[in-house]
Amino acid sequence: MSEPLLKIENVNRIYEDKETTTQVLHDINLEVRRGEFISIIGSSGCGKTTLLRLIAGLDRPQSGTLFLEGEKITGTSPKRGYVFQQGGLFEWLTVEQNIAAGLKARHIYREKKHRIPEFIEMIGLQGFEKVYPHQISGGMAQRVAIARTLINDPELILLDEPMGALDNFTRADLQDKILEIRKKHNTTMILVTHDIDEALYLSDRIVIMTPRPGCIREVIDVDMYHPRNRNGHDYVHLRKKLLEKFHMASEVKDPEYMI
Amino acid sequence: MKSEKKNGTYFLSVLMTILGFLLAAFLNAAVPQKADVVFKPHEIFGITTDSNTAYRFVLVLLSLYYLILGIVSARSEEKKNKYIHATKFRFVMGLLLFLWDLLGTKLQALPQPFFPGPAGIMEAFVAESDYILENTLYSLRLYICGFFIGVVTGILTGILVGWFPKVRYWLSPIMNVLGVIPAVAWMPFALTIMPNPFSAAVFLIAVSVWGLVATLTATGVQSTPKTQFEAGRVLGGNERYLVFHVAIPHALPQIFTGITTSNGYAFTTLVMAEMMGQPGGLGYYINASKVWSAYYKVFAAIIVMAILFSVITHLIELLQKRVLRWQEGVVK
Repeated sequence: MSEPLLKIENVNRIYEDKETTTQVLHDINLEVRRGEFISIIGSSGCGKTTLLRLIAGLDRPQSGTLFLEGEKITGTSPKRGYVFQQGGLFEWLTVEQNIAAGLKARHIYREKKHRIPEFIEMIGLQGFEKVYPHQISGGMAQRVAIARTLINDPELILLDEPMGALDNFTRADLQDKILEIRKKHNTTMILVTHDIDEALYLSDRIVIMTPRPGCIREVIDVDMYHPRNRNGHDYVHLRKKLLEKFHMASEVKDPEYMI
Repeated sequence: MKSEKKNGTYFLSVLMTILGFLLAAFLNAAVPQKADVVFKPHEIFGITTDSNTAYRFVLVLLSLYYLILGIVSARSEEKKNKYIHATKFRFVMGLLLFLWDLLGTKLQALPQPFFPGPAGIMEAFVAESDYILENTLYSLRLYICGFFIGVVTGILTGILVGWFPKVRYWLSPIMNVLGVIPAVAWMPFALTIMPNPFSAAVFLIAVSVWGLVATLTATGVQSTPKTQFEAGRVLGGNERYLVFHVAIPHALPQIFTGITTSNGYAFTTLVMAEMMGQPGGLGYYINASKVWSAYYKVFAAIIVMAILFSVITHLIELLQKRVLRWQEGVVK
């Protein structure tokens, strides 16, 4: 087997306050293969966003190491793109300029600016090039955020609940868009979510985390072809299994009385 | 039908607006001069005229201006409504100008020489147009130098204070103390350390602008959300990128609040500095005229200031609108 793209080894992250010490992540070990789609799910406070921030290099572990292509992660890099839950776009730049921001930051704008239209088309925002972020919907804004990450040709895209603030229809729409992008660019993606359905619909593997201390409880393989039918037999079965793990699935009880 | 009626209203509005000023001009010519005033002829732009004729000429110019504005505004519904809305006010202005003319010039019923009529003020423009222009340009030069230096140093200080905690530790208490001192308080000091009166006034204007611009720039830089910096970092931006492409653009609305507010301070400081030790400028002109009880010249200078400062303020607003066009329609 070839070397994994991302390797997380014995990672611990502790937050220290004046009085309290919280173990946010406890002994995390995970390997992610190239081209894989991984979802990290768990209740809030289980440290899933912290883990994503460690991979991005926005945060450092107290002990343990993270490797990308065998290289130790010590800080942020355009190789590891990050899509924020919300508020990541620059309000003072147009859609087009936001997508170009990474090129500007890396001083390769002149060489690569011809690629901008391609990415605008990819997210279906033709005609919105000169529009400012506050003039577009939340779903459109997240598509721009994904496009501006992709233009940097990252090895890995980290998605921090990018669909958390969207309504159901927009969310389903964006999920399909993400699958489409992934198919086209074959990018490795790690998604943090608290939506079991979303994880099931998108992922190759689902990492279940439990809080206090945040650790990986189980990794579940999802062997289903895309596009997945949300009402298919395997899908429904796996969802039930996942819900059980969260002690959320309960037998449908008979009503106690009938009218 | 409705639009025809609207067009009729608009036509009447333009007519009424022009009529107000033309009426003032007509009455100026028709009502006999009761009080004993001599209008001396002067030569201006190669034409020999007196102040009363010049005043009438200004009224005709005003009505011409509103006629052209009326024609230009006819193209947009919004501008038309704005014009119609202002009709009453402009018409009454015309009548008030006549009333002022009557009391100030024709009858000289207002206490003289403190309240000259419109023709009296025109006397200053007709007789000393060159001198007024010279002083206006002196004021403008002072203002531009002082304001520009103040804004630039203010923004630079603000960025340093907002970005580097060490600079903030040492500078922000000093900024807070200096900020509350009115700039003109430094005048004796400025006159001592600066090589000439001009640079002393530039220094004072710059000081009056610097404090507020620096404080607001620093606040704007500091209030940049963490997510925005992180977004810049994960895209591959270095510290320089974070300062110039994240923190400063984010601070721009606050920087402009600083600039527009301190613009008013700059005008105040400018006039005060000129009144207390400049060899020229509108403030100097006011002071010099006051000594000779030439109040009509004082009013003339005030009118020039009103026009000049409005134009400057308007230009800054235009620049602000252009730079902050990404904020258009944002609900705060």
